[in-house]
Amino acid sequence: MIRGWTARLLGGATGLVYLFLYAPVLLLVVFSFSADRNVGRWGGFTLEWYREFGANENVQSALAISLQVAIVSTLVATVLGTLAALALERFRFRGKKVFDALLYLPIIIPDVTMAVMMLLFFTWSLDLVDTVTGFQLRKGIATVVVSHIAFNISFVSVVVRARLEGMDQTLEQAAADLYASRWQAFRHVTLPLILPGIVGGALLALTLSLDDVVITQFASGPGSTTLPVYVFGLIRRGVTPLINAVSVVMLAASVLLVVLSLIAQRSREPGRATTE
Amino acid sequence: MTVVPELTEHERAHEAAESRRGFLMALPAYLYLIVFFAIPLAIVFVYSFATRSRTGGTDLSGWNLDSYGRLGEDIVTRVVFRSFGLAMTTTIICLLLAYPFAYFVATRRPAVRGLLLVGVMIPFWTNFLVRNYAWRVLLSNDGPVSQFTEAVGLGETQILFTQVAVVIGLVYGFLPFMILPLYASLERIDPRLIEASRDLYASSWASFRKVVLPLSRPGAIAGSILVFVPSFGAYVTPAILGGDKKPLLGSYIVSQFLTARNWPFGASLSSVLIIVMLSATLVYFRAGGRNL
Repeated sequence: MIRGWTARLLGGATGLVYLFLYAPVLLLVVFSFSADRNVGRWGGFTLEWYREFGANENVQSALAISLQVAIVSTLVATVLGTLAALALERFRFRGKKVFDALLYLPIIIPDVTMAVMMLLFFTWSLDLVDTVTGFQLRKGIATVVVSHIAFNISFVSVVVRARLEGMDQTLEQAAADLYASRWQAFRHVTLPLILPGIVGGALLALTLSLDDVVITQFASGPGSTTLPVYVFGLIRRGVTPLINAVSVVMLAASVLLVVLSLIAQRSREPGRATTE
Repeated sequence: MTVVPELTEHERAHEAAESRRGFLMALPAYLYLIVFFAIPLAIVFVYSFATRSRTGGTDLSGWNLDSYGRLGEDIVTRVVFRSFGLAMTTTIICLLLAYPFAYFVATRRPAVRGLLLVGVMIPFWTNFLVRNYAWRVLLSNDGPVSQFTEAVGLGETQILFTQVAVVIGLVYGFLPFMILPLYASLERIDPRLIEASRDLYASSWASFRKVVLPLSRPGAIAGSILVFVPSFGAYVTPAILGGDKKPLLGSYIVSQFLTARNWPFGASLSSVLIIVMLSATLVYFRAGGRNL
């Protein structure tokens, strides 16, 4: 433990880092209630921009698409990611190492490259479908969902694996000793214990899906613009108080999801005494 | 001679069944990632050897290395070096900010530690686009920063649409990537080692330099890679906070697909970025990244 002036100095530096992390977003929240048309000036309190947010049809339809994409991709990614985590933590099988590596790649690849991959893949594969079957498919909500699942599987599996790693395996063995079938042991012992991890992973997947700009932009077609992609386009044309309001709504949603996810993952360490 | 225990037929059958079960559980995700990740990755490499047709389409017959030849062009090297410089600057600033922070957190009581870490996790997972946009507002003409500098007599500042703004945005976006692994490695240092060094009459500075610093190196390397890789290929941050005049690698790649319509060239740039990323990841795992 360090004490004295070093501790005070380090404490001061820590405070500054927190200020740096929180002040910008808090100021953004404040300015979203400002009546001034200049986005960074305080001009008295107003809810005008939130009213505009509710009334703007483009924003509303982009929001609806974002939610559809996020929910569907999260559901699929959670099932596939959880199965993958169970397979990797509890079984040995052929091709396990390759699978493990493949599962890490979507996490570490820069999103620009993943975006390029999706663009080229969908261009090539939809062309292929056209020449083989004659169906002319277009990029749209489905292709966005497919691309979101591709990166979300990895994130879900990482969170669930962390939970499985920390879990006391003797509990599963005890269940087996007490003549539980594999399925019963999973259903009544493993699943309840890793559920916080699954919920945490799913909330993380929702967050990431609602966050993504570049990959979505490259995987989407006409009529499948999500809210972040729409807002990104607006920002590039210039800032407006409406963007402030939309941003704060997105901010609130993501903070809510993160806090829920942290609560889920912190609830009861798996298979250990609750006191620590 | 070692005795290898013979597996009975029953045991062997059991093991084969287990292996099959594990494989079947992994299969859906495995297939999904092969079709929608590995194949797309391969297609990027294939496109990088293709030819751009005159209309901006891509001709996949007749492979060549033309796109890679263009990597030596002046504009490309300038874009790459500029992105490299910005990513390095971002990484170093993150390291300087994160180290004292992580050290302070790691030396608190466990309960306080958890709370301080949650304080980092929340902005970490908060909408990335919004976090960049917040700086756009702060740095805008007569925004808060400019109002502040005018009030204290520094005059109007023009940070927005410069590389300084991009670095601020990148540090803001990726600082938690540095804090978390650094914290993990600092937290794991056995306090008895530090006590032992003090017992042997090391000054607190000497004990920090000779004990803590070397032991936290894996965390510093891991954090640096986690910050450097996304900074190097960043697209959203420069698009919001940087100007159009000096493109960075991420926006340069995107422009090859959306405006210049030279897909093979864009694919070759992406391939190079992927290779850089993969090499960095190998270093990360060598540094013990998996355990962080």
